[in-house]
Formats: sequence, C-alpha cells, structure tokens
Amino acid sequence: MIRVFSHNDLLFMLRGAGMTLMLTAITAFGGLVFGFVLGLLKTFPHSKIANAIGALYTYVFRGTPLLLQIFIFYFGLPILGFDTSPLQSVSIALVAYSSAYIGEILRGSIQSIDKGQWEASASLAFTYWQQMRRVILPQAFKISIPPLVGFLVSIIKGTSLTSIVGYIELTKSGTIVLQATYQPFLVYAIVCLFYFALCYPLSLLGSRLERRFIPSA
Amino acid sequence: MGYKLRFADVLRYQHMMLPGLVATMRLSCMSFLLGVAVGIVGGYLKTSDKPVARRIAVAYVEFIRNTPALIQLYLVFFGLTSFGVWLDPSAAAVLTLGINCGAYATEIVRSGIEAVGKGQKEAGFSLGMSRYQVFRYVILFPTIKTVFPSLGNQFILTMLGTSVVSQIAVPELTYAASMIESRTFRSFEVYLLIAALYLALASVFAVAFWLIEKAFLDESLRLPGRRTGRVVNTVDTGLLPQ
Repeated sequence: MIRVFSHNDLLFMLRGAGMTLMLTAITAFGGLVFGFVLGLLKTFPHSKIANAIGALYTYVFRGTPLLLQIFIFYFGLPILGFDTSPLQSVSIALVAYSSAYIGEILRGSIQSIDKGQWEASASLAFTYWQQMRRVILPQAFKISIPPLVGFLVSIIKGTSLTSIVGYIELTKSGTIVLQATYQPFLVYAIVCLFYFALCYPLSLLGSRLERRFIPSA
Repeated sequence: MGYKLRFADVLRYQHMMLPGLVATMRLSCMSFLLGVAVGIVGGYLKTSDKPVARRIAVAYVEFIRNTPALIQLYLVFFGLTSFGVWLDPSAAAVLTLGINCGAYATEIVRSGIEAVGKGQKEAGFSLGMSRYQVFRYVILFPTIKTVFPSLGNQFILTMLGTSVVSQIAVPELTYAASMIESRTFRSFEVYLLIAALYLALASVFAVAFWLIEKAFLDESLRLPGRRTGRVVNTVDTGLLPQ
C-alpha cells in the first residue's frame, strides 16, 4: 500500500537523525578513549613492541572498509559468545574503526611537540607520566582539536553504514519511509539534507579552528 | 563459546572471490580516473578569479564531503528513478564514486595549484598565454607531481569506499562476500577473509603508488618548499608517506 509522504514521515526521519547523533556521540566518546590509548601506545618511548602493536592496529583498521568491519563485529561478536544488541555491535565496530584514526591524529599531535619540551621536563626529573600529563598532553590536545572536529564529520557519515545491518538510524529510517511512500528522490534528498545539516557546521568549525590554531609561521 | 572457525567451507567458494576482486579493482580504477578528471576541472574552477566558478566548485565540494557516500549512491541509483532514469548498477556505482572521489580530488588539486609559485603563472601570462594555456602547460603537471602522494591516498580511500556499492548489487568483492555468506552461513569467516583481501589490495596499491612515484616523479621535478598545500577535513590512510 503506497501512501502519500507526510509530515509524520519527516518526524520519523527526524527521530532517525536523533539515533544517528546518539551513535555519533557514542563513537566519538569511545573512539576518543581508545584512540587516546592507541596514541600513547604508538608514541611510548620505552617499548618498541607497544609502538608496533599500535601501528599494526592502525594498519588493519585503516586498510579495510568500514562496512566489512561492521559486518565482522555484527556477525562475529555473537559467534564468539558475546550476547550483544545490534546497537552494541555497531557501536563497537564504529569505535574500533574511529579509534584507529583518532589514535593517529593524537600520535601526530604528540610527535609534533618540540623535543625541547621533553628534554626540559626530563631535566626537572619528571617521570614519563608526569611529562605526559603536565607538559606534553596539554599542548598536544590543543593541536589535535581541529582534526578531531573534522573527523567527527567522518564518524557521522560512517554511521550511515550501520543501516546496512539493519540498525535504524537516519539512512535506514529513510529507506523505511521510501518503502511506504515510494518517493525515492524526495526521501533520499531529505535524508541527504539532514546529513548535510549535521556535518556542514562541523566542517566549517573544523576548518575555522584549523586556521586559528595553526601558527602563521 | 564452542564455535570453531572453519575457513575451509568458505575457501571452497574461491571462484566467487576472484571475479569480485577483479571487479573491485576495475571499479576503483574507473571511479578514481573519473574522480581525478573531475578534480582537475574542480581545482581549476576553485582557483579561478571568477567568483561564480569558485562558488560552484565550493558548493560541489562541500555538498559531497558533508554527506555519506551511501546516500549519494542511493540518490543516484534509486532517486533518479523518480525522473524515469534507470541506471545500470555498475554505471551508477562508477558515476557516484567518481563524483564522490572528485570532490576530494578537487581539494587535493587545489592545494597543489596553490603550491605552484606565483612567478610561474606570471611568466606564462607574460608569454601571451591564455588563462587556460597557463593552467594546461604551466600549472597542471607540477601540480599533479606535487599532489601525487595525496592522490594515492585518495585512491585507497576510494577503493575501500567501493564496498558500499554491494548495496545496489554491483558484483564486487563485498557483494561476493554476501553471496558466499548466504551459501555457507559462515559469516564471520567470510567477512574476515574478505577484509584481509581488501587489506592486501590496499597494501599492493600503496606499494604501486610508491613505486610509480619513485620511478617517474624525480625529486628534482617536485616543487621546492612545501610539498603540498593544506588539505583540510580529509582522512589519511597512512599507507602512503605524505
């Protein structure tokens, strides 16, 4: 039964957008936590093994399609005996994916801190953790803010792939509306505009922050 | 847990993986070539003195970069049917991925154009070249050389992005994975194996781009000073040295 596209469909898609935002928030938070650990692993000065583990993780998760990663976690976690809900599965996949990129952003930021900062803090007899906490990380975090904001856009776009395993977010809600109204262009154009409305302000913010934070030298 | 991984069942369907792998490579190359062509035009427009041209290029880039490729694909493949246009899945895939890659390529090319010294352009104009001639004979090749590593990175991103076109039944690698999955029910093994194939493919292409760069793009031909301009809001696969 084909029905006319109405404001109820729009509200349904708005709820889908809400789910997209929630998934984005979970991913951003989880990705930041694990990405932070990865960034530390990759820059840890006293263990080549830690660096190698970090590099391998990054290589694998950045060298494979996000869609495949979602499939692997979505189908693999229950097989391995974890009783996860669809939301948990796709969140874990998105966190695994984004932490590889966030880890790399943080690694870059940590390594961009001048060597003199390390040496000065070492000469004050700071331990590694003290150096990190008191000297390096406060500066590194500041540098990493613009690329992190930019990566948030990639996360929002990445959440659209969770519709493929049936998680109902913005894209999937569009597909559901489409199946009832059969107005493919209208529905997907609206979905597209929703995504644009979510992503564009973040893109602008990202490039504006980048321009402000990068020293003119 | 008690689940035993059995790759043997999956490996029996090798004959379905190989055509998928070839299709993914073909799809990636075609989309990338289209994307670079679009990117060169886009970069030209984006650095033009005409505000209208710049605005068109900006609108295109921002629209593509701020919406998911999956939705762009649905818009082209399903959306166009609202206007009576029924595209073949493979055509829709190349078109969408090419346009998608083109937006990122536009930014890459723009950064390269901006890295070309102003004196080069002025020298061209002083020889009586037209705007187009200056772009074609003075700016274009140094630009491509400068941004080659970034383009290689973009190729890999485009290649990984082709996996979404399985959703409109283009017979590529991820689609082959779904087919094998539906025959064997070994979803975990299939997707692990196919992901490994993508990783191998990405690595092979990264090495290929690196070799091309080493072989053909002599360091002395590259522009002095900064190697590439700034490309904001892009992700780096990290497989290629930037």
